[in-house]
Amino acid sequence: MKENEKPEKGNQIIEEAAQAEYKYGFVTDIDTEVIPKGLDEDVVRRISALKGEPEWLLEFRLKAYRHWLTLKAPTWGHVHVPEIDFQDISYYAAPRQKKPGEGPKEIDPELKKTFDKLGIPLEEQLRLSGMAVDAVMDSVSVKTTYRERLAELGVIFCSMSEAVKDYPDLVRKYLGKVVPYTDNFYAALNSAVFSDGSFVYIPKGVRCPMELSTYFRINAAQTGQFERTLIVADDDAYVSYLEGCTAPMRDENQLHAAIVEIIVEDRAEVKYSTVQNWYPGDKDGKGGIYNLVTKRGLCRGDHSKLSWTQVETGSAITWKYPSCVLKGDHSVGEFYSVALTNNWQEADTGTKMIHLGKHSTSTIVSKGISAGHSQNSYRGMVKIAPKATGCRNFTQCDSLLLSDTSGAHTFPVIEVGNDTSVVEHEATTSKINEDQIFYCNQRGIPTEDAVGLIVNGYAKEVMSKLPMEFAVEAQKLLSVSLEGAVG
Amino acid sequence: MLVIKDLQASIEDKQILKGVNLTVKPGEVHAIMGPNGSGKSTLSAVLTGNPAYTVTGGSVEFYGKDLLALSPEDRAHEGLFLSFQYPVEIPGVSMVNFMRTALNEKRKYFGQEPLSAADFLKLMREKRSIVQLDNKLASRAVNEGFSGGEKKRNEIFQMAMLEPRLSILDETDSGLDIDALRIVANGVNTLKSKDNATIVITHYQRLLDYIKPDFVHVLYKGRIVMSAGPELALELEEKGYDWIKEQVDAQQ
Repeated sequence: MKENEKPEKGNQIIEEAAQAEYKYGFVTDIDTEVIPKGLDEDVVRRISALKGEPEWLLEFRLKAYRHWLTLKAPTWGHVHVPEIDFQDISYYAAPRQKKPGEGPKEIDPELKKTFDKLGIPLEEQLRLSGMAVDAVMDSVSVKTTYRERLAELGVIFCSMSEAVKDYPDLVRKYLGKVVPYTDNFYAALNSAVFSDGSFVYIPKGVRCPMELSTYFRINAAQTGQFERTLIVADDDAYVSYLEGCTAPMRDENQLHAAIVEIIVEDRAEVKYSTVQNWYPGDKDGKGGIYNLVTKRGLCRGDHSKLSWTQVETGSAITWKYPSCVLKGDHSVGEFYSVALTNNWQEADTGTKMIHLGKHSTSTIVSKGISAGHSQNSYRGMVKIAPKATGCRNFTQCDSLLLSDTSGAHTFPVIEVGNDTSVVEHEATTSKINEDQIFYCNQRGIPTEDAVGLIVNGYAKEVMSKLPMEFAVEAQKLLSVSLEGAVG
Repeated sequence: MLVIKDLQASIEDKQILKGVNLTVKPGEVHAIMGPNGSGKSTLSAVLTGNPAYTVTGGSVEFYGKDLLALSPEDRAHEGLFLSFQYPVEIPGVSMVNFMRTALNEKRKYFGQEPLSAADFLKLMREKRSIVQLDNKLASRAVNEGFSGGEKKRNEIFQMAMLEPRLSILDETDSGLDIDALRIVANGVNTLKSKDNATIVITHYQRLLDYIKPDFVHVLYKGRIVMSAGPELALELEEKGYDWIKEQVDAQQ
């Protein structure tokens, strides 16, 4: 019966969704503490001071900032990022919570209302079973649910700011180890000004009993969001982590430059799922988020496994390559991606699988869907080091074009350093088939719904990797994002 | 129920239908036969609203409504069904999801609530048995990896689910072995009632041994050039189309 329940739920949602526009475009009217626009060492120091950080972290920020000054924004992506005036952005915006005086656990009613509206209730008793949430608005985490219950198992799930205060040794041990501040322009910027994010530590042998998730919300205008997520799965640990995001509809572009670092030890497994729905701009390409993100995991332990699943429908510009460094022998990296672009959106996304351990394996399944005037690129690298013998990679890279004015591109790089490893790469490009649409029409399904069905079918292999609750949300998103794409 | 008057249609500026006249009443089975390229499949495509074809003249009335003014999906809701000659595959979309969407769209059109999951699955089970479609097939993606026979049975299964008032079977017999043909024909006969009608498009008498027509029409060069009772099909099976072609060509 389970097999049959899922599509039914998705279906009904597709119907509703076909009418809807970007639903999360509202603004919360809340008093926000903002550091004025501009970036210099004083701003970095002020962020650090506001958060009451230890000296080592301030040092880390300052080093990153000084390094950033020496870098230029990368231009190799198949996207058109206009020159960003980094002095015209505010780097810190924190909603000032009205505390009704019942202790620090109370959350401002206005914020609660915001997250309710986004479908993320912050009261634990209202949560659907089995998911803990860290809710981040602009630069700060406003609430993390189920912290205590998880703590009983030794699982740490809290905001990055709290982690720095409560678990400084752990944070210091791992921060910047997978993505050093020298990694790239936006990683350096993030390392200098990051304001919050989530921290997850799963101790040895613990299978985290619930899905952990962070919900990112940009609210304030003319600010950027620079959060950092750090996930550590110790030996034999398991965690499934979800990330979701939305932003108000605004005519100006906003910058989101995040870092996600993941460390997976011996025999541990991390599943990281993203449903990215930042405001994509309007149908003429005005406004929208620039999503310029560095995500990387290190499979340090033998037999460790890291799986990235992403459904990307939002953002004016997307530039991200969730990657796996497969250091442990027999380690496993996976990347499942659906990237849908419509109107004037541009996406340049893919992955890197760096095989350093012997017998490490990786799988890449990328499904690009381009509509309107959008440009959609897959960029991937599979690299097998000379000493990493017996490795395997399978890459499947499909593009579906829904319009004559959109573009699909692939930029694969394959480097194999030994002759006992096997790398396979398959790629297809197809146009949506008019016979399929008419077949649906003849059965009574209108074209817009038919396209939703066909596209969801096309993306099914990736969607099926998402946790159930997210899968429904993601199906809905694919249909909504295609509004007006065909016809 | 269906009144076609002087229907003309073209594809890519090529005139295919040059004035088709046909009237179908509830309870009737009409067979449309004819040589290759005479416009048989075009007629089914035009009636169901395939956007690849352009109607250049004539009219079609379906239960008093101007059929040609309706969108393809509304024609389906009004009770027009086409069993495709070449059913397309829709990878990743399960038959359950597909049928449920189709059925609920129809219910919405008539202002009815969507069917509950339990009722829907029950209905599906019931209708599946009509064409001996097994459970696995119904949970697979639409036509994906189906054999020729399975695809045609799947078409009749969908017909059973949607309960159309007029079904057009476009060369449903092509690519079927004799056992599959019998299953498909039995399915069609089971669904037949005094309130619905069937148009069977076929090259061969073979299918008409199982689905008995009340009328047989010959389509040639975009027109119905001959109409008679079921005996005409037998005559065509025996003599071929050449004698009709000669007759018509001589008249022109």
